Amino acid sequence: MANKLIKQMGLPNSIANIFTARNIITAKDALSLTEFELMEQLDVGMAEVKSAMAHISEVVCPPCQTALLLMEQRVRDERSAGHLPTRLRGLDEALCGGIPFGVVTELVGPAGIGKTQFCLKLSLLASLPENCGGLDGRVIYIDVESKFSSTRLIQIGIENFPEIFLKKGMAQEMAGRIVILRPTSLSEFTESLHHVQVSLLQKQVKLLIIDSMAALVLGEHDCGASRQQALGWHVSFIKIFTNSNSSDKSIRSHSIKKEDRAAYDSHLVAALGINWAHAVTIRLVLEARSGQRFIKLAKSPISPPLAFPFNITSSGLVLLDDDGIEMKGSEINTIHCQGQKALFNSEW
Amino acid sequence: MEVGMLPISASKRGKLLAAGYTSLHSISRASASQLATDIEVSEDEACEIRKYASQTSALDRSIGNSSNTSNLYGGQTAWTMLNEEKFSTRITTSCVDLDNILGGGITCKEVTELGGVPGIGKTQIGIQLAVNVQIPLEYGGLGGKAIYIDTEGSFMVERVLQIAEACIEDMPEYSHHFHNNVQDCEVKMHPNSILENIFYFRVCSYTEQIALVNYLDKFIEEHKDVKIIIIDSVTFHFRQDFDDMALRTRLLNEMALKLMKLARKFCLAVVLLNQVTTKYIEGSYQLTLALGDSWSHSCTNRIILFWNGDERHAYIDKSPSLKSASAAYSVTTRGIRNSNSSCKRIKMV
Repeated sequence: MANKLIKQMGLPNSIANIFTARNIITAKDALSLTEFELMEQLDVGMAEVKSAMAHISEVVCPPCQTALLLMEQRVRDERSAGHLPTRLRGLDEALCGGIPFGVVTELVGPAGIGKTQFCLKLSLLASLPENCGGLDGRVIYIDVESKFSSTRLIQIGIENFPEIFLKKGMAQEMAGRIVILRPTSLSEFTESLHHVQVSLLQKQVKLLIIDSMAALVLGEHDCGASRQQALGWHVSFIKIFTNSNSSDKSIRSHSIKKEDRAAYDSHLVAALGINWAHAVTIRLVLEARSGQRFIKLAKSPISPPLAFPFNITSSGLVLLDDDGIEMKGSEINTIHCQGQKALFNSEW
Repeated sequence: MEVGMLPISASKRGKLLAAGYTSLHSISRASASQLATDIEVSEDEACEIRKYASQTSALDRSIGNSSNTSNLYGGQTAWTMLNEEKFSTRITTSCVDLDNILGGGITCKEVTELGGVPGIGKTQIGIQLAVNVQIPLEYGGLGGKAIYIDTEGSFMVERVLQIAEACIEDMPEYSHHFHNNVQDCEVKMHPNSILENIFYFRVCSYTEQIALVNYLDKFIEEHKDVKIIIIDSVTFHFRQDFDDMALRTRLLNEMALKLMKLARKFCLAVVLLNQVTTKYIEGSYQLTLALGDSWSHSCTNRIILFWNGDERHAYIDKSPSLKSASAAYSVTTRGIRNSNSSCKRIKMV
């Protein structure tokens, strides 16, 4: 929309030619200047600048919808533009059906807590046929840290859906719908995002998982501003084509450990900072407290912050309690992690 | 140079000066045809220049005349404004404490900025206001429509439906407060009609955001009952992809001025939701609202949302007429409500 040519907008020829003569070709060029600057550059009066800009703005502006229309669309396209059920009953209820389409969901947590396990299960669920509660679609898994394990994927499949996976050829077809990309640097990642955009339109990709964002950036930039800028473009890009193609996006984030005074409890902070935290719509925080793992719905526009205890079994993540505990205040965003010693002690 | 004040193109100005027209008086004295030949423009353009010149000089003359101050071009006396301010309408936030510190609710004709950390409830307040503006006049509301501009994709329709249904159920409470007598008003709204009155725009880049703000003038002319514009959030597209910070400041200022103009012209409220960023002040990193210091000056009122222990609080950081105060609020399944009430209905004192 922003790159629309001014020539093609139906402005009267005289003013359209003046724009081209001064090298203002796209709508973005014109809207990036204030009206006063335009008046000076184009050498026309204020009234003409105002009416030309009003016309350009009307053409570039996004279409108007009402909330009612959005609701009807959601209800109608529940299958293809609704939610991806995670099969964790408490979480699905809190999210009104599952991981929603068209928005960016983030998973944060310390090392070894179960993020990759969760992602493996999600990719499986997305590739399942619809009569089993899946999306019957393809999955693109961008695996930066080489954590994807096909054996584990098939194991989760067999444990959860034995009737499908033990059938001949089904395992191959399900696993065949998951495409794994392994970029090794931020620039490769950017390139693969562009390629992904093309294939999203051609094939039936329903889920995009990026595992993990922080790993891409941590190696290349120092803390703070430059890292945030580097990711800023990616966030916008992902958000825009998430919305326009209405497929599901799920992104995993790393975490840095920040040492605290206490011996057994360290407090962690999500790696990508506060700018990123604003950019995602739903944030799931995984943590371990007093020997029990929790998955917290830390940021969501539809539900209060809830924490569910869970365990990892051979069939993936399993919730121990579907009701969830409501959290308040600073508890929502802190990430607890037991030190190695304490975890060992509690298990043996 | 007086001729420099005219809103005409630079080349025409240059021609006027070259032909010897240095003051507005000299332009209005000359006839249109004389002007046309002297500076080599068409007769229509010369007429236009003379019109601009006479408008501007009328303004100059009246400034000197102090007895007719109320006839000043576009000005109003403080007395007439006082009457307007007394009867200006406010949009309730459904939380009594919050309404109290705001003097009744979000004011129309002003730009209010709300900022806070992620997850504090900015979008929730935005959605609550978009629903509350539709409360009918019989219940003390404005009976208007809302425009919701979404830059981040955080507008979830399911949540709007929840809040709309809860608002309809709570409406008899509003009428008790407003009429002060026990009267069961029969007006029953349907949640779908509330959804229908929220105009939703999804903006994907800063160009679209600027284009939309420009287009709103025309849009609101066609939909005169729009009473609130919510932009969620105004920061998102301006935080990435900008190398030229000075350009960003200029664009933001222009956008803020346009929004203020819309607020005043159509008597509606403009609510801008902002994000936070870390800033290095006095040797430590602190959280402040994004978009920088120049933007801080642009809004009329500024409210900061923050966590105080386990409770959400709102603090009036900047306002020309409201006292600096803070109030607690909570986000429930029914929307924004008071924080200390265990029952979910609004407590009317």
